[in-house]
Amino acid sequence: MASLVSHPDEVKVVSRRFGQGATNIDRYLELDGYKAVQKAFAMEPDAIINEVKNSGLRGRGGAGFSTGMKWSFVPKQSAKPKYVLCNGDESEPGTCKDRLIFEHDPHAVIEGVMIAALAVGSQTGYIYIRGEYRYLSIIMQKALADAYARGFLGKNIFGSGRDLDIYWHGGAGAYEVGEESALMESLEGKRGIPRIRPPFPAVVGLWGGPTVINNAETLASVPHIILGGAEWYAKVGTPKNGGTRLFCLSGNLEKPGVYELPMGYNLRKMIYEVGGGIPNGRELKAVVPGGSSTPVLLPEEIDISMDFDSVAKAGSMLGSGGVVVLDDTNCIVKFALRTMKFYRHESCGWCIPCREGTDWLEKTLTRFHAGGGLKKDIDNIQYLSENMLGRTFCPLGDAAAMPTIAFVKKFRKEFEDHLEGRPCPFERAGAVEQLPVLA
Amino acid sequence: MKFSDEFETRFTMMARHYPTKRSVLVPALLYAQDEIGYLSDEVIQEIARRLELTELDVRNVISYYSMLTTKPRGKYNVQVCTNIACMLRGGEELFAHCRKKLGIGHKQTTQDGRFTLEEVECIGACSWAPAIQVNYDFHENLTVEKLDKVLDGYQK
Amino acid sequence: MPDVTLTVDGKKLTAPAGTLLIEACKSAGIEIPSFCYYPNLSLQGACRMCLVKIEKMPKLQTACTTVVTEGMIVTSDNEEVRQARKSMVELLLGNHPLDCPVCDAGGECELQDMTFSYGAAESKYMEAKNHKDEQQWSPVVFFDRPRCILCYRCVRVCGEGMDVWALGVQNRGVSSIIAPNKEDHLECEECGMCIDICPVGALTSGAYRYKTRPWEMKHVGTICTHCGDGCKTTLGVRRSDSGMEIVRGDNRDKSGINNDFLCIKGRYAFDFAHHPDRLMQPLIRKNGKLTPANWEEAFELIGKRFAEIRDHDGMIGVVGSSRITNEEAYLLSKFARVVLKTNNVDHHRTADFPALAAALSGKPDSTATMREVYDAPAILLIGNNPTDQHPLLAWQIRNNVRLHRSRLYLINSQTIKLGRQAAGFTQIPAGTEGKVAAYLAGDDAAVEAIITEKNSRETWNALREKLRGEQKLVIIFGSEIRGNDVAVLVKFGSGVHGAKFVCLADYANSRGAADMGLYPDLLPGYHRVADTGKFHDEWTSIPATTGLTLPEMVDAAKASKLKALYVVGANPIGRLGLDPFLFSKTFVVVQEMFLTETAFMADVVLPAANAYEKSGTFTNTCGDLQILKKAGEVTGTKSDFEMIVRIADAMGFDVHKLVPFGAGERTDMGQSRGAQSGEADRHAVWLEARGLEPKMSPLEPTAILDEIQRLVPGYDFSRINLLAGNDQHTTLANSGPGAIQKPELIVPANDNLFSSGTLGRYSKALHSVMESRTQQTSEVAAD
Repeated sequence: MASLVSHPDEVKVVSRRFGQGATNIDRYLELDGYKAVQKAFAMEPDAIINEVKNSGLRGRGGAGFSTGMKWSFVPKQSAKPKYVLCNGDESEPGTCKDRLIFEHDPHAVIEGVMIAALAVGSQTGYIYIRGEYRYLSIIMQKALADAYARGFLGKNIFGSGRDLDIYWHGGAGAYEVGEESALMESLEGKRGIPRIRPPFPAVVGLWGGPTVINNAETLASVPHIILGGAEWYAKVGTPKNGGTRLFCLSGNLEKPGVYELPMGYNLRKMIYEVGGGIPNGRELKAVVPGGSSTPVLLPEEIDISMDFDSVAKAGSMLGSGGVVVLDDTNCIVKFALRTMKFYRHESCGWCIPCREGTDWLEKTLTRFHAGGGLKKDIDNIQYLSENMLGRTFCPLGDAAAMPTIAFVKKFRKEFEDHLEGRPCPFERAGAVEQLPVLA
Repeated sequence: MKFSDEFETRFTMMARHYPTKRSVLVPALLYAQDEIGYLSDEVIQEIARRLELTELDVRNVISYYSMLTTKPRGKYNVQVCTNIACMLRGGEELFAHCRKKLGIGHKQTTQDGRFTLEEVECIGACSWAPAIQVNYDFHENLTVEKLDKVLDGYQK
Repeated sequence: MPDVTLTVDGKKLTAPAGTLLIEACKSAGIEIPSFCYYPNLSLQGACRMCLVKIEKMPKLQTACTTVVTEGMIVTSDNEEVRQARKSMVELLLGNHPLDCPVCDAGGECELQDMTFSYGAAESKYMEAKNHKDEQQWSPVVFFDRPRCILCYRCVRVCGEGMDVWALGVQNRGVSSIIAPNKEDHLECEECGMCIDICPVGALTSGAYRYKTRPWEMKHVGTICTHCGDGCKTTLGVRRSDSGMEIVRGDNRDKSGINNDFLCIKGRYAFDFAHHPDRLMQPLIRKNGKLTPANWEEAFELIGKRFAEIRDHDGMIGVVGSSRITNEEAYLLSKFARVVLKTNNVDHHRTADFPALAAALSGKPDSTATMREVYDAPAILLIGNNPTDQHPLLAWQIRNNVRLHRSRLYLINSQTIKLGRQAAGFTQIPAGTEGKVAAYLAGDDAAVEAIITEKNSRETWNALREKLRGEQKLVIIFGSEIRGNDVAVLVKFGSGVHGAKFVCLADYANSRGAADMGLYPDLLPGYHRVADTGKFHDEWTSIPATTGLTLPEMVDAAKASKLKALYVVGANPIGRLGLDPFLFSKTFVVVQEMFLTETAFMADVVLPAANAYEKSGTFTNTCGDLQILKKAGEVTGTKSDFEMIVRIADAMGFDVHKLVPFGAGERTDMGQSRGAQSGEADRHAVWLEARGLEPKMSPLEPTAILDEIQRLVPGYDFSRINLLAGNDQHTTLANSGPGAIQKPELIVPANDNLFSSGTLGRYSKALHSVMESRTQQTSEVAAD
């Protein structure tokens, strides 16, 4: 099971029960568990929504949309049942935070779903966990069963006269299903092809009913907000970026791991202090700040506050909190290729630009990295990416295009160094072989 | 076509969780696959029948999800992540080592039917990279030496 | 819905609220390109070709999924938009095989057109293309994956349009592939709509592929010769040794009553025309053997014998066809009465139109058109299985339910596929359709016969109440309802506001044969032979007594009373399973395409042209009149029209009295203006351009159309509209009194999707599909 790390700068909110045995429901209750939902019962739905709005909580899945706002879009009256759907289909490369939440604090997710359900007037919630996380689905199923056994779920929960059911649902391997409308398709037993929007899920979602979809970390944050108050939570972060978030530090670092830091924490500090800096005396070459789909940052660009707005201003995205650090032994062309290989493999294939663009780009980057590149390939890689950007059916196309554009723009010289049949200047012995192609 | 009692209990329970029959499809297929080893024609027919879907529809769904397969696999599916975070810490070397050690390539199975090797996309172990999954078990912070031990553990 | 005003490219448009932007633009003449968008199929937003700039939106938007809103400002064509479209084409061409020179779709390919429009001429792609081998999915459907652009039109038309759901999408990303329902082959209705709707050459027709290039064909939009629905089919015609060969059938011309629809028969089953067994010259029985002869010899012999028998008061029988044109049926009806002087006229009846005419007499607007079946708010279908027997009707019903939420009430003794669309399906014991009609019409006692375990008296009562409460109900009935039951059903319908009827008959011109009076007791327009009236005035001498029905002619032959039998496009021996030697003492003349069981026993066989080889009109089962355009031509054959006239002539009859050529409305070939060079040609061009035909010849069927229009009630349609290719509805409201005849005279054809009487027997395409099915079944059985 994933090991835990810690750092003095951490502010433990979502992670405060990590390593505390909170999968056990009694232990969870000891650690203030299910207090928030009981508090929420005493609140008007609008008051819950306002509390979450005021906390500055923004979607932890990557898009960073105000959670309270999202909830407020759900119509009060609906002929069809309303649903709350927890997105635990974590699959953005560089991201491994929801995994820890499910592993250490499953009841927090359940409680978050419950509060969301109270806020929007839903009686059914689903917690979707990616298929690879089988052990987590076992933990979650146990947690749900325990919650039912205590009367926290099911009929007349907490004696409130309200009914609320929450079910676990499992995926079977598809990054695209992390996109919220594709997630609903998958839950409905279909291929994970995104839906045409509008209508948005808050209005027409699961089986046509209004549906709130939030990332697991987002929902796990909600009980803390309800208990600690919006003001407290907002203050932990920076303006418009309330609270903390789990940053997944990975790559060439001394101390990789998942750390809970306040929103707005400095990226340089995150790398050099929290993450322990670059090992083996190497230099920092680049940072992917928020999962594989976010544009790469150069060493001179890392003095930034890690909140949604500041990272956007720096030309990238806070994304899903996956901070991937590259030292100077790594080849950017290869990194770009591996990134593209992922998107080619995960493209659902629905729309032309993403389906064809990722395939074309992966082929070109493969040839290019293997020494078969032509000067015009560099422009073509950029041309293709720019023509995918903003024109695909869902954000996956953007996720493939954005980092690629950044790689070419920021490391053009390194691309040029691969030209004229020169071997990759960074290759470790024997590594320039044709990468196996995932079928 | 007969599934285990455990599968049946789970299937019946899960089916009650949704307003439509087919919603149970994806997890049900994965559990069926865990039990049978792969999604055989028989499994597809049975699931299609139960959920009132066409076999085509079930196949359409199966082929979409990378964990689902209609071809038999080895007893242990060794899934080596080579995505960015693992790659930066030696994921590709692990995969190359597996190929050499097991004598098979991507999505191939050893003659004795014990191992299938698969290069997979991010398995959510980025902070503990490089990592592999054998069936559903994670093995993290690996080196070639540690990997040998892991694989040897499955030899027994 | 209120209209919305928007601006597209500086042009102010109004469109009803709820309109898709792409449609609003289309109606204003602004074309937005698309691959995946297809009217009346679900929205995809997949091809991204229809991206447009909408003010206040940061990204380009798909016009196919955007609903117009008040004040919306749209730019459909600027640098950004053009570049977006160009790049989509470039991306598609990356993995596209570019085998356009041999591709069936070359020249009529939307990807080619789009590449041309957006100038994606420079090839940036340098990688190896993904390849997959071509697959044969059925005898008539081939799939070439590399050409596929994944627009999902085929998947949707098969599923949503046809309710067959035989195509799916498998894998994901660049490996995505269209997949057939049986892994490596299709098990479906073989309608071929997936091929028609494919914008590229990914799905191709087994009947056509690699035969020719689209621009080498002439495309003729004519009416299908198979079932009674009257689909327009576009025949691709090419010159061949024997005249004009039909090489392709499809649905390019969407102006027909079938819009997008065409079934396997309309698409592939034109091939009987080129069957090697096709009769190419007249045959005369000499020394007991059918021997090739020339036309003059044949006509002379027939003329002589018919005249002799008639003049010696010998009994002559005439059997017409449900696949000859209205003009031919009318002519045959007239020829029998006027030239042969007999009322012994009949045809293979598959529906009771005389009873319907009798019931609807004096009731205007009481028959529904095929188009109305697609729009009606409610439909009652009693009997029949349209999916098999009336594929277009089934399509209209199905898509009316899907797109307009029409309520379909189904009453049938079998579970039929349309049940899936039905708001209510009521199963009845076989043969109780008449009782249903009686109960609906108010005979409460009739319910006893139709109460089943599932359907109680209360169920029936509730159904009747519901039906009575409907408006504009279209009541469709199969041949199960006949004789007096028709009147009973009409009585019920008269109580439903705006109800209309459709009576289902099985052949392409069954309705026309009935309307044109191929009956022993009825003249064209359901006028009784016994009455006097305009026909008696015009035709002058009509025998006063009712003639013999087909079974009665058979009896007469058995009694050696029938001296001559003139069979035009029918096969009574084969159909009715008669003793082949039954007519051995009868002088039998058969006009046929093939040596059928009847032709085989004939004294003279005349090789006939089929409906694709002649002009004229057909009336479909609903009463929709449509024009046939001559597509193919096989040397050595003649139209039935010409043969009837030639026989009359050979009998010494003044053909002017049979075919009023040179009279009435007519067109002028220009000869009257002398032999100025080029004059006649220019005039011919003028005629051709207007779809008019010369009527200076007694052999031209248009010559008799004037008379039909003048004398047959309900056929007073607009000639211009007809010639323009539009369907014209004929009505029974003013027809003659009709008749209630013996119910057993109606014998359903019982064709299914893959059979079509004699034509089906000689269609390789239909055979290959049937064989592939038996093969699969036997393979399964052997397992």
